[in-house]
Amino acid sequence: MTNDIAGLDKSDVALIIGSDTSECHPVIAARLKKAAMDGKVKIIVIDPKRIKMADFATIYACQRPGTDVAVLNGMMHLIIKNGWEDKKFIEERTEGYEALKEEVAKFTPEYVEKISGIPAKTLEEIAELFGKAPTAALYYAMGITQHTTGVDNVKSTANLQMLCGNMGKVGGGVNPLRGQSNVQGACDMGGLPNVFPAYQKIGDAAVQEKFEKFWGVKLSDKPGMTMTVAFDKAHAGEMKAFYIMGENPMVSDPDLHHAEESLKRLEFLVVEDIFMTETAQMAHVVLPASSPAEKDGTFSNTERRVQLLFKAVNAPGQAKHDWEIHQMIANKMGLNWNYTKAEEIFDEMRKCTPSYAGLTYKRLGFAGMHWPCPNEEHPGTPVLHIGKFSRGLGLFTAIPFKEPAEMPDKDYPWYFTTGRVLQQYHTGTMSRKTPGLNNLAGPHVMISVEDAEALGISNSGKVKVSTRRGSLITNAFVTKRCPKGTVFMPFHFAEAAANKLTINALDPIAKIPEYKVCACKIEKA
Amino acid sequence: MQITINGKIVEAQAGQTIHRAAKAAGIYIPTLCYHEKVGAAGKCRVCVVEIEGSPALQTACSVEVREGMKIQTRTERVLNSQKLIVDLLLSTGTHDCLACDQNGSCELQDVAYYLGMERGSFKYADVESVKDDSSEFISVERSKCISCGRCVAACNNTVTNRVLDFKYRGHKADIAFDDDKPMGESSCVQCGECAQICPVGALTDKLSKGRARRWDVEKVYSVCPYCGVGCKLELHVDRKTDRIVRVTGAEGAPTNNGMLCVKGRYGYDFVGHPDRLTTPLIKENGKFREASWDEAITLVATKFAEIKQKHGADTIMGLCSAKVTNEENYTFQKLFRTGIGTNNIDHCARL
Repeated sequence: MTNDIAGLDKSDVALIIGSDTSECHPVIAARLKKAAMDGKVKIIVIDPKRIKMADFATIYACQRPGTDVAVLNGMMHLIIKNGWEDKKFIEERTEGYEALKEEVAKFTPEYVEKISGIPAKTLEEIAELFGKAPTAALYYAMGITQHTTGVDNVKSTANLQMLCGNMGKVGGGVNPLRGQSNVQGACDMGGLPNVFPAYQKIGDAAVQEKFEKFWGVKLSDKPGMTMTVAFDKAHAGEMKAFYIMGENPMVSDPDLHHAEESLKRLEFLVVEDIFMTETAQMAHVVLPASSPAEKDGTFSNTERRVQLLFKAVNAPGQAKHDWEIHQMIANKMGLNWNYTKAEEIFDEMRKCTPSYAGLTYKRLGFAGMHWPCPNEEHPGTPVLHIGKFSRGLGLFTAIPFKEPAEMPDKDYPWYFTTGRVLQQYHTGTMSRKTPGLNNLAGPHVMISVEDAEALGISNSGKVKVSTRRGSLITNAFVTKRCPKGTVFMPFHFAEAAANKLTINALDPIAKIPEYKVCACKIEKA
Repeated sequence: MQITINGKIVEAQAGQTIHRAAKAAGIYIPTLCYHEKVGAAGKCRVCVVEIEGSPALQTACSVEVREGMKIQTRTERVLNSQKLIVDLLLSTGTHDCLACDQNGSCELQDVAYYLGMERGSFKYADVESVKDDSSEFISVERSKCISCGRCVAACNNTVTNRVLDFKYRGHKADIAFDDDKPMGESSCVQCGECAQICPVGALTDKLSKGRARRWDVEKVYSVCPYCGVGCKLELHVDRKTDRIVRVTGAEGAPTNNGMLCVKGRYGYDFVGHPDRLTTPLIKENGKFREASWDEAITLVATKFAEIKQKHGADTIMGLCSAKVTNEENYTFQKLFRTGIGTNNIDHCARL
């Protein structure tokens, strides 16, 4: 998030697009719902499902899956046409505006209606409410990113927020809601193939030199590969070994048959986890790790707030902290690591991580602090881009609309889209250990009342869902929240794994799979 | 400004209620309906005090301080009034403490203790225990409800789930889920905010029942292991059994201010689960066998070295984790970059 959670009731309008907030980020949803009920913030929801947040919205619009660029371009078209754009902000803080203006010119409400299914009049109402708002925030989640046009979608959200001058101010911002406890931190720490900690670029001569000096070894200056690409290469026999820590790609990856085959072809697979996951079962070596309740350390949340965790209970048996395991391997490889506690690692990390440099365990205290925090006198940064973007001027990008990789057709006439439900988490490794959560949410497919009636499917009745990748049978959840022609399936459940059906089509830049759109067929089973 | 409480001069700030000023000065004024998060309701009347110059008793939770105010919290008149209220509450509910999960953090118990009362003295109707155990995670014991309204306010105004409300009037007044459904059949999402804010044993966490006495647990701060909001948790640990017996949201935390969702509050069984991995495992002939750390680590380091030598470091891929700490992601990528010599590191940020 460019902005902080505390500031979310300081907006006049909040646009939620591609985020089922009350299911996936319930506590942020609670704050947004309260802000709406108190009359502080008007909410606009654009989502293929009529999500619960729509009940609190001033305007709700249902777009066809995979048409976000058209919708956002359409909003910008109307905002420019009516003169609601922030001319001063565009003039002083951005570049590339003319190209954007030219691109969105053709996205008339009628054209957008044809693509997205959102009535022209509704789009006009949305553009007016959003465009005229003194301060508007934008919230998104995987509904924006998990597309072959994920990068385009994200850039479009940034275009809209710059156009309206909503960047760098309290109550505004582009606010991706991150889905995992420390997914922000894993990225911040350089858990990505193209960057060192704090997004310092691999291959940049000064950065390479800095880290070689800091760690005292020669480093590769060749960017690595993303996980999705590595799986393809493993499938092709080009990868030899994977070391997987606390991840379960055998449930979370697209096209699971492909993922399974890829892992089988490896010469050596190490899995470090707290449970014998579907992925761990395929490993040659399994290393027992400790859970978050068993360790000291820090997580960085969706608003970039770094917070402390303290050890509450002991890890079972011989299970060790992940960092202890890494240290044992490092030392076996001849590196001389001597960490005795998490804080020492944090203190080393912040020396090479400029955005964390000013953070100490002592300063983090009860409330935690927002990065960037460049020095120990700095109070942290709840709102990014005030006065200036990190690259200087904000760059508008003209984004043409592209259709998803696989569209419904004669053989597979429904849209298939996936996501989470409130009561479960990711691949279920943690949440499914609580029987009560399983009683509340098991495998299912959400289907519209119209489609269910047409196919003679009753609530909780068995449905066969098929795509070009495979098929499975699960329970129907017939609901008015699902639009006709679209089915939704949560991906938490290995026994009815939505990702056996999803398509392994990637965004060309981010390499994120298109979990939110593919074509499927449904039948009464 | 300065005010006087029980003859003692106390510093107070304009806009502060008497209750808050007293609390800041370490003076206990009992409250049942008032909670910092949902504000003053002025319903229970148990916080009454005497103010010099004011003929009637005043509620400390709602009356703001004035310069020079003289307040008495323990006069006979105040205590008698409080005793009558608590007597009525004790007489109209099944306020049995022995096996109550709230025992030790019950605010009605605290007031009774403060006033020196064991049980109610009125006898005007038989009171039977009325339980609703239909919800997965929250027990409702209506006969312990004191109609303070905190849960109703929290459900509607804090977590904005709009499930709880009051039904009926007078002696029959009670909380209701939706249009008076059993809790488990209502639209409740079981975030547990009501159980966290309930002053008595009317709404309690089912999973914690009988697992540890309140005074036997130690609270440890952590961060929720689920989504990316980063709700601050208090893990209640029983040191004797080395187990988490309850999870609550940290009040005042900037991320969640005490709020949690059903997973964060009740999805902690995985921590001490019998299926946890407890020893390194090595696969031989398609089956896992237990191994020592030394054996497992040696095998991992040797295999990586071999593969690196034979096929190059870039044929090795590391997946770090969005579920482990910053420190551990740092050591993981450092191990890959400095030890193995590749930048093939990624995690499931995209998935």
